[in-house]
Amino acid sequence: MIETVSLTKKFGDLTAVDGVTLRVKEGEVFGFLGPNGAGKTTMVRMLCCLISKTSGDARVAGYDVGNEADSLKIRKLIGFVPDNVGLYDGLSAYDNLDFYGKLYDCTEAQRKENIQRFLTMLGLWERRDAAVGTYSKGMKQKLGIACALIHDPQILFMDEPTANLDPESAKTVRDFILELKKEGRTIFLNTHNLDEAQRICDKIAILNTKLMAVGTPEELERSVSGRKTVVQVVEVNDAILAALRKLSSVNLAIDGNKLTFDVKDPEKENVAITDVIYRAGGHVQSVTVVGSTLEDAYLKLVRRDNK
Amino acid sequence: MRLSKSWIIASKDFKVFLKKKNIIYSAFVVPLLASLFLPVVIYYVELENGGSGIAASELTYLLPALTFFYLILAGLIPTTIASYSIIGEKVEKSFERLLATPTTDSEILLGKGISSFLPPLGAILVGAAIYMVLMDVVTHGTLGYYFFPNWNAAVVFFLAVPLATIMSVEWNVIVSARVSDVRVAQQVGMLLVLPFAGVYVGGELGVVPLGNTGVLLIISGILLATDLLLLYVARATFRREEILTKWK
Repeated sequence: MIETVSLTKKFGDLTAVDGVTLRVKEGEVFGFLGPNGAGKTTMVRMLCCLISKTSGDARVAGYDVGNEADSLKIRKLIGFVPDNVGLYDGLSAYDNLDFYGKLYDCTEAQRKENIQRFLTMLGLWERRDAAVGTYSKGMKQKLGIACALIHDPQILFMDEPTANLDPESAKTVRDFILELKKEGRTIFLNTHNLDEAQRICDKIAILNTKLMAVGTPEELERSVSGRKTVVQVVEVNDAILAALRKLSSVNLAIDGNKLTFDVKDPEKENVAITDVIYRAGGHVQSVTVVGSTLEDAYLKLVRRDNK
Repeated sequence: MRLSKSWIIASKDFKVFLKKKNIIYSAFVVPLLASLFLPVVIYYVELENGGSGIAASELTYLLPALTFFYLILAGLIPTTIASYSIIGEKVEKSFERLLATPTTDSEILLGKGISSFLPPLGAILVGAAIYMVLMDVVTHGTLGYYFFPNWNAAVVFFLAVPLATIMSVEWNVIVSARVSDVRVAQQVGMLLVLPFAGVYVGGELGVVPLGNTGVLLIISGILLATDLLLLYVARATFRREEILTKWK
C-alpha cells in the first residue's frame, strides 16, 4: 500500500530523512517512532505529496509520489491528520466537515451520511452546530480525525494524533483508531508514545533521520534488546560476583539482592548462571525471565545512533 | 484548474468572514460611509456663499478627483480581508490540512483571491452607485446637468478599481507569506495605497488630469501590468512546499 526505497529529503545542507526504505501492507497500522527532529513529519509530508522528495522513490496505493499528476490522485485517496488540529474555529463542526467533504468531491448525500456517521461515532453529533472554537482540545482532535475521514479514505496518515491530549481524550482517540483498524484501513501513525505504538500498531519503525529498525513490537523487543533474567539470591557476596563476572556472556546489573542479566537465550544461559551462583556458595530464591520493553529497544537504538 | 474547487474555498472564507466584525466593518461599512461622506461634504460646501460655494468649473475637476478616491479604497479595503484570508489559515494552523486535499496550489490561490476580491469590489461598486446618485443630486443645481454616469467614471469603476483591487489582493498574498501577524500584514499591505494617494492629491491639485479618459486608461494599463507582475510573484510565493517549510 505504501512503499519507499531510499527516500531522502534534504533542506539545504540539513538531511531530514536519509534513505528510508520501508513497506506498509494494506490494512496494517504502521507506527513511526522517533525523537523530535527525527524526520517523522517530513516523512509523512512527503508521502502525502505536501513536500517534494530530494531522492529515492515512494509509492502510495500504486501511485508515484513526486509525479505531479499522481500527487492529486494520492491526496484524493488518503486522509491526513496533521499534528496541529487545523480546524476553522469560527465555523461549526458540521461546516468544517462539509467544507472538506466538498474539496474531496463527496456528493451532498455522501457528505450528510458521513458527517452524521463520524460525528455520532465520536460523540459530537449533539454539538454539530456549535462553533469549533468552543470545543475542548480532545473534541477538536476527534473532529480533526473526522475531517480526514469524510471521504472514507482507505489510507490514513496521522501525525501525533494524541499529543497534548489529556489521558481520557487520548484514550478516546486511540479507541477510535482501533475502530478504524477493524474496518481494515491502512494507518500510518507518527507518535512519540511508545505505549500507544505497542498497543495499536502491527508494525513499528524507529526513525532517527535514518531508519534504525522496523518490525512488529515483539520483534523489536527481541531483536534489539534480547531478554532479561532476574535472579533473586539470599545474599550477594564478592565470591558470587567474581564468579558471575567470569561468565563473559552475561551483562550484569545489581540491585540489592536482585541480579539482572541481559540474556539472548534464557533456556541455556539461566542454567549456567544459577550453576555459577550455587558453586560460589549462593542460594537462589527465584529466577524470572522478563522480556525487554519497546521502550528499552527504542532508547537503545536512538542513544546508540546519537553517539 | 478547476474553478469549482476555488469557489468552495472562497465560499468557506465568506462564511468565516461573516463571523468577523472587523472584516465586515472594513469591507462593507468603510466604502459605504465614504460614499455618503463625500456628497455630504460637497453639499455643505455648496451651501456656503448663498448656495454657490463651489463654482461649476471647479466641480468639473473636483468630481473626477473624488471619483479617483475609490482607487485608494480599492487598494485599502482588500488589505484586511486578504491578510486575514491567508494569515487566518496560518494562525488557525489549517493550511497543512487544506494543502493535503486534492486541490492544486493555483486553485487554492484563486480561491483566496476570489474571497479577498469579491466582497471589497462589491462594496466599492455599491458605494460608487450611492456616491454617483447623491453627488448628482447635490451638484445638479450648480452644474445644470447630471455629472454621473460618464465614461471616466466607467473607466474608474469598471476597469481601474477592479485592477487595483486585484493588485491589492496579490500584494497582500505576498506580504502575508512573510509575516505571521494580521496587523503587521495589514500595515505593510496598506503601503500599496501610497502611489494611489499621490495620484489623487495630484488630481486635486490639478497636476494630474483625472478628468481625462486617456490618462485614466494609462493608469489602468499600468495597473494591469503591475497585476501581471505581482501575479507572477504571488504564484511563486504560494507553493505548497514553500508554505509548509518557509512561510513564517
